[in-house]
Amino acid sequence: MKREIPILITLVFGVFMIVQFFIPHPVVNEIANRLQNWAIIVISFSYVLGSANILRINGELVYRRGPGWLYKLVLVIAFFLMLIPGMLFGIAEGSWTNDRLFTYTYVPLASTMYASLAFYIASAAFRAFRVRTWQASVLAITALIVMLGRIPISHLIWEDLPPLVDWIMNVPNAVAQRGILIGAALGAIATGLKVILGIERSYLGRE
Amino acid sequence: MAMTTMQRLDKLDRRWVFLAMAVAVAAPLFFKLGLAPKTTPPVQAFYDYIERLPAGSKVLCSFDYDPGSKAELNPMCVSVLRHLLAKGHRPVVITLWSTAPAMVESNTNEICRDEFGKQYGTDYVYLGLKEGREAVMVAMGKSIRSTFPHDFYGTPVDKLPLMEGVENYSSFECLINVSAGYPGTKEYVQYVTTRFDIPLLSGSSAVSVPEYSAYYQSGQIKGLLTGITGAAEYETLIQAPGLATTSMDGQTMGHFVIIAFIVFGNVVFFMSRRRKGRG
Repeated sequence: MKREIPILITLVFGVFMIVQFFIPHPVVNEIANRLQNWAIIVISFSYVLGSANILRINGELVYRRGPGWLYKLVLVIAFFLMLIPGMLFGIAEGSWTNDRLFTYTYVPLASTMYASLAFYIASAAFRAFRVRTWQASVLAITALIVMLGRIPISHLIWEDLPPLVDWIMNVPNAVAQRGILIGAALGAIATGLKVILGIERSYLGRE
Repeated sequence: MAMTTMQRLDKLDRRWVFLAMAVAVAAPLFFKLGLAPKTTPPVQAFYDYIERLPAGSKVLCSFDYDPGSKAELNPMCVSVLRHLLAKGHRPVVITLWSTAPAMVESNTNEICRDEFGKQYGTDYVYLGLKEGREAVMVAMGKSIRSTFPHDFYGTPVDKLPLMEGVENYSSFECLINVSAGYPGTKEYVQYVTTRFDIPLLSGSSAVSVPEYSAYYQSGQIKGLLTGITGAAEYETLIQAPGLATTSMDGQTMGHFVIIAFIVFGNVVFFMSRRRKGRG
């Protein structure tokens, strides 16, 4: 029953949410609304579950002095440092949590991490964009054109460079992207149906 | 065995690459180039769409990003709010990213209250965060009031004059989404624009644009701002040059460094291959 009941719930609610899309009746709409609000509540609870899980795993490693326990300790301390003041003083503009912890600590740290990508991209470009095959040549040349075409002085380098970049983005790129999007959408429909019909059960975990 | 010059260049220590990049992006801090980008059609379409809205339109703004993408997307949000307010429109701002509420609040108040002297609740509203991703997007299509019963400050939406008569997406002239990824523009296209018939304008980080340009082409997105360059183009259009325009110098230099290293890498590669062939 541990598996049958969740599969039955998934089947009933999954089929209902598909069917309600085609029935513009107030009662059906109201039920669908309520179910969507349930989904929002369940997703919010997943944060609590996720936090508890992080604490359990990292707390255990710190307690056992496992590998990298000092980093885990920093994580646990940072977790409570953000959580407790946030709950006590709120996160609105001017609050201690917002100004000291978020704006002056977390924002610069996260921005630094993201900014460091520029350095790694330059290093990776130097090593990866070698024109070893004709496919690699196409990739490298296209990358060079798009990068040059995306800077403010591209029209000074060659007048037709910006239109060429637009063409690359609107024709070869869009064609490939549409193919990927349509393929992914068909895959999502198939997976959704398999979950609703109980064929795909990996979301229930292991026996 | 001693390494030849070619081998040494081929295995160039990446710290030299880092140094070159650091110098390139830092140089414009001391020597301003003053580069301003030319407007591209998707940015012009974004601008024109807002220009054509009737004055006083209610516009739903979903600003979904994190501190990591702040440098790229913050200037976009600021410019969009400036343009909306300058045209007399009334933004209702929300966010679906848990790392965004404080940044979005600060931006919204800075532009709406401090710069334009607008009245909170009457001229603009900040509803804050609602966790739930696509479920929230769809729920807003049924009822925004039940999805966001309170604003960011805990005031019931019924007490906010701007929210009077706001039921769902149909209460807004358009939806503007500035997003760094999931959930964002792609999900709004998939779950909202066609189903609830609301025009979508999008601003996104440059890395997402190849994917979104297909949506722009199909008309599912009415206008598209592309990364920091798109933000700079938009700043130029609204005649309010800001951080994005300033960033163009550094970005241009950064692009040149990457291009130079790609070319250099290939020159070294070909010369080494030629030498091997001779040997």
